[in-house]
Amino acid sequence: MKIRHSLTGNEAMAEAMRQINPDVVAAYPITPQTEIVQLFSNSVADGKVNTEFVTVESEHSAMSATIGASAAGARAMTATSANGLAYMWEVVYIAASMRLPIVMPVVNRALSGPINIHCDHSDTMGARDSGWIQIYSENSQEAYDNLIQAIRIAEHKDIQLPVMVCMDGFIISHGMEIIEAEDDETVRKFIGVRKPQYSLLNKDEPVTMGPLDLQDFYFEHKKQQAEAMKNSAQVILDVAKEWKEMTGRSYDMLDEYCMEDAEIAIVAIGSAAGTAKVAVDALRAKGVKAGLVKVRVFRPFPKEEIAKALAKTKAVAIMDRAESFADFGGPLFRDIRASLYEYDLRPKTVSYVYGLGGRDVTLDTINQVYADLERLVKGEQIPMLNHLGVRE
Amino acid sequence: MTTKKIIAPDAKWQEIPMAGIIPTAGTAKEFKTGDWRTRKPIHSEEKCINCLRCWVYCPDSSILVKDGKVTGIDYDHCKGCGICAKVCPDKVKAITMINQSEE
Repeated sequence: MKIRHSLTGNEAMAEAMRQINPDVVAAYPITPQTEIVQLFSNSVADGKVNTEFVTVESEHSAMSATIGASAAGARAMTATSANGLAYMWEVVYIAASMRLPIVMPVVNRALSGPINIHCDHSDTMGARDSGWIQIYSENSQEAYDNLIQAIRIAEHKDIQLPVMVCMDGFIISHGMEIIEAEDDETVRKFIGVRKPQYSLLNKDEPVTMGPLDLQDFYFEHKKQQAEAMKNSAQVILDVAKEWKEMTGRSYDMLDEYCMEDAEIAIVAIGSAAGTAKVAVDALRAKGVKAGLVKVRVFRPFPKEEIAKALAKTKAVAIMDRAESFADFGGPLFRDIRASLYEYDLRPKTVSYVYGLGGRDVTLDTINQVYADLERLVKGEQIPMLNHLGVRE
Repeated sequence: MTTKKIIAPDAKWQEIPMAGIIPTAGTAKEFKTGDWRTRKPIHSEEKCINCLRCWVYCPDSSILVKDGKVTGIDYDHCKGCGICAKVCPDKVKAITMINQSEE
């Protein structure tokens, strides 16, 4: 049975968490994520879930407690944003390398400084090499759907990796939308019960977890991690297929919008993709062959899918809501450029760093990018690196 | 999975448990870590009164005991820290430390 709710992104995530009913949630408040665990703690207090809710003294402790619970065999979750993610940094890597299937909503917010609480992707983009699967959501509906699917992806026996489910701070986390939710029973059946391969609480098969791992074995364990990340792409697709059969809502590594015959295209992550779709519609009405690729899964990176989606275009603008201070565009730009290197025929690519610290992305902003791409196709020069919407 | 397979030095990445997990007990026995040692304890059975203080204090469980009597030292795992020699009562001093190279 489907239920229509009008929910903010945070409410949608908290609702998904209530339905997931994790064994343990350990969390610490940070804007704009706070509401997720605050609302979830209401469910705990009201007896709607069986979760052991641990209030901790920092994000480092939140992730540490979540790791402990997950190693004990529990289905464990936490949630964070920006500086909270930065504060748990050390243990973020440990969760991945211990192969613990923790699922964590991250409400994207600019990293300080200067201090700012609004949306950009500098927090999770920094964690892109931590060994976590990263799934980004365009809106509340996707945040809800992605969070539930993430449980299955993380806990798959061949994967056993943690998953960050990302959503744009305030723009989505605090913006109300209509979403279609599934009933509790359907969600619980879909996610099933976690069956850990190893558990610290299994007294019949005692194990040591997290021992010292030196020159002779560390590298083999990293290879296993890399292989699990590689294999996760197929699992992400399989879980999406099952989710679609059940809900009718389809997901892929990427979302291609009007790309069949597109000559110019934008690639973006998160809520800006929604704005770009509106811009594409208007351009299409004027006969401009514009398209959009939204990247849903950033880790593992869908290198082949993205190259295929862009292969026939003439010029592509890659939008990063994070500056990585390499003087070479953002992380999405560099990954896509590297993906295209394998192909002899490839479009021109330009980097746009945009929306830092919550700077609004309007239709005008997006239209400016498509206008640049049209000029680029005509042979005009466009700088390779652009800071879109900055006053100059 | 056997201990041997888990810790075989040539085990491939596909063959070992994920994440460094050790799914059996007592695997330290398979690793001869005594070669780190620079100083070596020598136990004298004649002087020893078998108070077992060394056995209690040894951080590497390297004091070999049988039927309540110290029978020797497990040099495969002893790191030569010298705690055993230090805790051996002053009037007994059944354990002396020598330089490994003096052997």
